[in-house]
Parts: sequence; structure tokens; C-alpha cells
Amino acid sequence: MTTVTKEAGAPVPAGADAFLSVRDLHVSFKTEDGVVRAVEGLSFDLERGRTLGIVGESGSGKSVTNLTILGLHNPMFTTVEGEILLEGQELTTARESELEKLRGNKVAMIFQDPLTALSPYYTVGRQIAEPYMKHMRASKKAAWERAVEMLGKVGIPNPRQRAKDYPHQFSGGMRQRAMIAMALVCDPDLLIADEPTTALDVTVQAQILDLLKDLQREFGSAIIFITHDLGVIADMADDIMVMYAGGAVERGTVREVLRAPQHPYTWGLLNSMPRLDSDPHAPLAPIPGSPPSLLHPPSGCRFHPRCTFQDRVGGARCVTEVPLLGPDRSSACHLTAEQKRTIFDEEIKPRLR
Amino acid sequence: MTEDLVLPAPREAATDATDAPGEPLLVVEKLVKHFPVKGGFPIRRTVGQVQAVDGIDLTVHVGESFGLVGESGCGKSTTGRLITKLLEPTGGSISYRGKDITHATRRQLAPIRSEIQMIFQDPYSSLNPRQTVGKIISGPMEINGLEPEGGHEKRVRELLEIVGLNPEHYNRFPHEFSGGQRQRIGVARALALEPKLIVADEPVSALDVSIQAQVVNLLQKVQQELGIAFLFIAHDLAVVRHFSQRVAVMYLGKVIEVGDRDSIYTRPRHPYTHALLSAVPEVNVGGEDTEDGEDVPQRERIRLAGDVPSPISPPSGCRFRTRCWKAQDKCAAEEPPLIQISGNHAGHLTACHFPEEPTIEARDEDIVLDPALVALEESDD
Repeated sequence: MTTVTKEAGAPVPAGADAFLSVRDLHVSFKTEDGVVRAVEGLSFDLERGRTLGIVGESGSGKSVTNLTILGLHNPMFTTVEGEILLEGQELTTARESELEKLRGNKVAMIFQDPLTALSPYYTVGRQIAEPYMKHMRASKKAAWERAVEMLGKVGIPNPRQRAKDYPHQFSGGMRQRAMIAMALVCDPDLLIADEPTTALDVTVQAQILDLLKDLQREFGSAIIFITHDLGVIADMADDIMVMYAGGAVERGTVREVLRAPQHPYTWGLLNSMPRLDSDPHAPLAPIPGSPPSLLHPPSGCRFHPRCTFQDRVGGARCVTEVPLLGPDRSSACHLTAEQKRTIFDEEIKPRLR
Repeated sequence: MTEDLVLPAPREAATDATDAPGEPLLVVEKLVKHFPVKGGFPIRRTVGQVQAVDGIDLTVHVGESFGLVGESGCGKSTTGRLITKLLEPTGGSISYRGKDITHATRRQLAPIRSEIQMIFQDPYSSLNPRQTVGKIISGPMEINGLEPEGGHEKRVRELLEIVGLNPEHYNRFPHEFSGGQRQRIGVARALALEPKLIVADEPVSALDVSIQAQVVNLLQKVQQELGIAFLFIAHDLAVVRHFSQRVAVMYLGKVIEVGDRDSIYTRPRHPYTHALLSAVPEVNVGGEDTEDGEDVPQRERIRLAGDVPSPISPPSGCRFRTRCWKAQDKCAAEEPPLIQISGNHAGHLTACHFPEEPTIEARDEDIVLDPALVALEESDD
């Protein structure tokens, strides 16, 4: 097992000139039950102004990766290996004071639940103004003006009055708008949105997604968008990375991945998702079994216990050998490119109609 | 796992006329539930009413799956709890197989309770952590004095097999199972009394996508093969479309549109149903490449402004009027009745004074009501 994982991390694609570049990232937590390997050998790049959508189920390591970028993990119990380069600056070994200068300034985050992410003790306006005062060295008055301006921009009616309100006086959609205003107040280069619309109703979600897209056009930030909903990704992202059990299994542009997905896990996700235009009488085709425990991840390809295409690979490669993921359009699977194409066209695609 | 399971034939049930498919099983009329809001000092008085459910009519037929969709706070869960009599209705009536159970006492309800079962949203808090799976599932049988052939344990093992769990897990505790497996235990418990109606309140929304599909398939199998009627409450429009033959859309305590699946999803008339459908993010999988490399959206785009108003003081007249692009004076003055609008199929009822065209094709111009979006999109052009 250990020798195989080393192999997985070995080929590091050169791409150090990218805006954000994550190289062979390993994150593990010490727990009472043992070591949880939450992320293993993850590499990806992100260009300025692009949106990378990370999709995966709970426990796939998508949130952990992004907390690690901002250094928000608990260093007492966490081991981080690999590189995270933001414009060439190494973040995994950066001191806390350096990270503090980045957070809310160059890199900002939008969390899933705005009620727990906002402080109940301070007014919304003050919470938005705070990073602006700290990072831009603005006066209290100027920062307040900026907070009001941002609230107006994200569509809070009557922003001058509402800035004096506390989070509990806002509705769910408005709180998420306030979170977005707070994240964008210092005009960040990188915005990490961790399931920003999961807690919202569908009509409000549509507003927030459109708002994020429009704001990105205005601010030009790069966005990492984490979600479990492929529909949201299809709507928001330029590139997709599909994660499973701590590693990326498929990547490519949205068009590439959704037009011709290559990995059995991606096929499984698409097949198990009811859509508004699918045949309501056809039963869904779920992925058998459940995601593995990361305390004792399966050997070889981590998806192999649930994969129905193992026999097509032949031999025991799926169990012994970790499939590699290339830097560009690729999928981490031992099936040949030809096999992937024919299986998708002949077996998967007809079921999606 | 669920593919190859064998369902035993349903036990001989009392075969009277009301059991034939298509007969109304549950009839809900003008159902109202208001929760008092207390406030004031030193004497706490009722200062308002949360009008969670405000006069809804529903009929669930024998063996059918009826979907109830709406956003949070629209009263769909309250409706489910009223029907299972976990809450006492403020007004209106609920009748089950022709018998009025609106204000029935515990004793009167006892024989009916076993026929109406519930599956809850959260598989973690709905199972007692101190009881084994065997005890959880056999509990309802003991309480109702049901003595299945071969004893409780045999029946529980049978049920575990039906829901796709290993019968060997009889003596395990809930914490030894994953979320999806726990939800299966919840389903087995609901099936233990061979109910006629199962109220499923968001049974899959707490589960991951791949597990969600397993549970949806299981419920579908149960519904079709055992002929159990379902009241399926969910906020996910795609899941409801997949599971239910008839669907009702709720908004702020009212049913605003009800009809069969095709009517609601392809020929909606109420502006809110249009907005709801257009807000669901769409995945175009395996589509063909177009020349210009851009996917042209075939669906309409409607972006409402703001959130759902508070149910403590809902808008007068039509409750959707504050967010509706077609609202006029009449909407504020007069509440639209839930009726069959000309051009609709039988059974497709809509509560709107100014209904939309029955299509979900893209419009000439998007409807964008959100002021921030309007401002940002104008500055783009």
C-alpha cells in the first residue's frame, strides 16, 4: 500500500506559474481511532478569473483541501505534506502571521451556513467593514461606507439601514449575501466558496449563483466552488474536479466532463441523480455500497470495491495499483481510453436520456 | 444490493371496497394549523400566529404516490405531521378511509395509527441509540399487539432483507450503520405494521447523491410492489418528479398548484411553479457539441427577488403577489381559488388570477426581479 501511494504522488506536473498551484497534497488527522487520511496526493492548478468546481460526496476531502489552503486546520492534530503555492508563495509552511495577512484579503472564503459563520454579537456592517479596516488600513468611517456599498452591490435593499442590523435580523438568503459582501470587500484574487448555496432554497440559490457569476465578471477573482451538486457545478464552473475518498478521480473543463465523462464514479453520480428532463419511469442506477472509511482506505484504486467495471480491466490491477490522474483532461482509472469511450457511449449514455 | 431482493407478498388484508386502487384513502379539507407566538412582559400573551398551514385540500388515493414540494417554511412538513396526528389541527378536517380523524382521541386513533406510518428526514435522530435494530423494528409490532407468524424476530429479519440490509444485523445498534443504512432501518420500521399510507418527510435529503438513489429506488419498490400509498414531502423537485405520480406545490401555507406529474413539470400555470422549475440547476450530460460551442438554454430563466415572506403576517390576497411579476391590484384584494383553469387537464388545479402559458420553454426575455442582478447585468452590457 505504502509503496503504491508513493508512485501516485511521484509524477508532479510542472505548472508553477499558475495563480494557485496545489502539488501532491497529503492531509491526515490523528484521531482516537487512528490516522484519517483525508486527502492523498492531490494536485491541481487554478488560473486567475477561472472557476474550478470541486464535486464530491461527504468525506471526499473537498472541504479539507480548501481549509488547508487557508491554514484553517488545527495544527495540533493535522499533518500536511506537499505544496500549496499562491502566486509562488508557499502556504503549507507559512507562519500564522503571514496567513493572517492573506485571509480575507487576497484569499476569502464563503461558508455553507451563514448563521454560524457570522458573529451574532456584531452588526453586519461592522463585520463587513472589519477586514477592510485591517487589510486596507482604512478609517472606521471609510470602511463603513465601503460596507454599505458592498451590501448594496449584493442586493440588500436599503443597505445604509440594514448595515446596522444584526445577523438574526436577516433572512437566510440575505445572510448569504452579507457573507458574499464580506468575502469580496477587499477585492480578493481567490474566493473559496464551500457549499455556499446548500442551505438555501432553490429560488434563492438561483439568485445567489447568478450573483456570484455576475460579481466574478466584475471583480475578476478566481473561484474554487465546492459542492455535491453536479447541477450547480454545471451552472457555475469552467473546470471540474471530481473527488472521491481523498483524491481527484477525474478532471477537465465542464463541457468535457459532462459531455463525455470517463470515470466510473462520475458515471455513477450522473446515473444516480434524478433530473428534470430524465425519464421518470426508469429506475435510478445507484452506485452500490457506500463510501469507504478513510481510516482504512481500500488498496489500489479507492473506488474499486464499488466499481462495476473492474472485470473489464482484467487481472488485479484495480486492487493493487493506484491509477494516476494526469494534469489536464484525464481520469484516474485503469480502463483504456477506448474502453471508457465505448462504455460511456453504449452503456451509460442511453440510460441518461 | 436492492436489485435482487425478493419481496414477500403482502399479507392478506381486509378486502373491502375502499382498498381498490384509485379510491380516495386520505382526504384533507381546509386544513389549518396556526402556532401561537408568545411575547410581552411580565404577562406573556399571544401576540401573533404563525400561519404554517392555512386551508389546504389534498386527496391521496389508494396505492398512489403523492408529492408535496415547496421551499422551507411553506408548511409541507407541518402538513405531514398533521396527517400523522403528531400535531393537533387548528381547523379543517382529515378523513382516513371515510372516517373523520381530525380530533380523534388516542383510543379512537389506535387502530388507524398502525396504518399510517412515517419516515423521518434525519436518520440519526429518528432511531433510539440505546435500542438494537431488532428492538427498533419490532417495537411497533409489540405496541400494536401484532403477532406475526413465526414470531417477531423472523418478521424483523424478513423486513431487514426487504430493505436491503443483512438479517444478521439484528442485534446491532444504530451507530454501527451509515446514514443510508439507517434510513433503511427507518423504512423497515415503517413497514413493520404493513401500513396503507406512509408519510415520508424529506426521507433522502440528508443523504449523499449515490446513497440517495439507493433509498429512492427502495421506496419506489416498496410503493409499487406492496401497493402502499405515499405522501412524499421534499424540496428537491427532481426527486419528487421521479417518485410521485401526482404533485402539489405549496407556498406559504397554501397549495398553489396541484396536478399529475406531467402537468406540473411540463405545463405549469402558476408563476411560482414556473419560477421554482426554472431555478433548478440543469446538467446537460452527454449532449452533442454545438457549432458555436455554447449551450443555448432551452428553459426559461426566472429570478425572483428576495426570500419568502414571514408566515406570521402573510400578504393579503394571493400570497405570492409580493414576489410575482404579474401582480396587480386584484391579487392583493382577492385570494385566487384553487380551480381548474381552462386549457388544463382534469385534476390540474391552479390558484392564480393571471396564469402563465402552459410551457417551460425559454421566453423572449428573461424575468429577472432581483435588483442586484439587474444592476450587475446592466453594467455588463
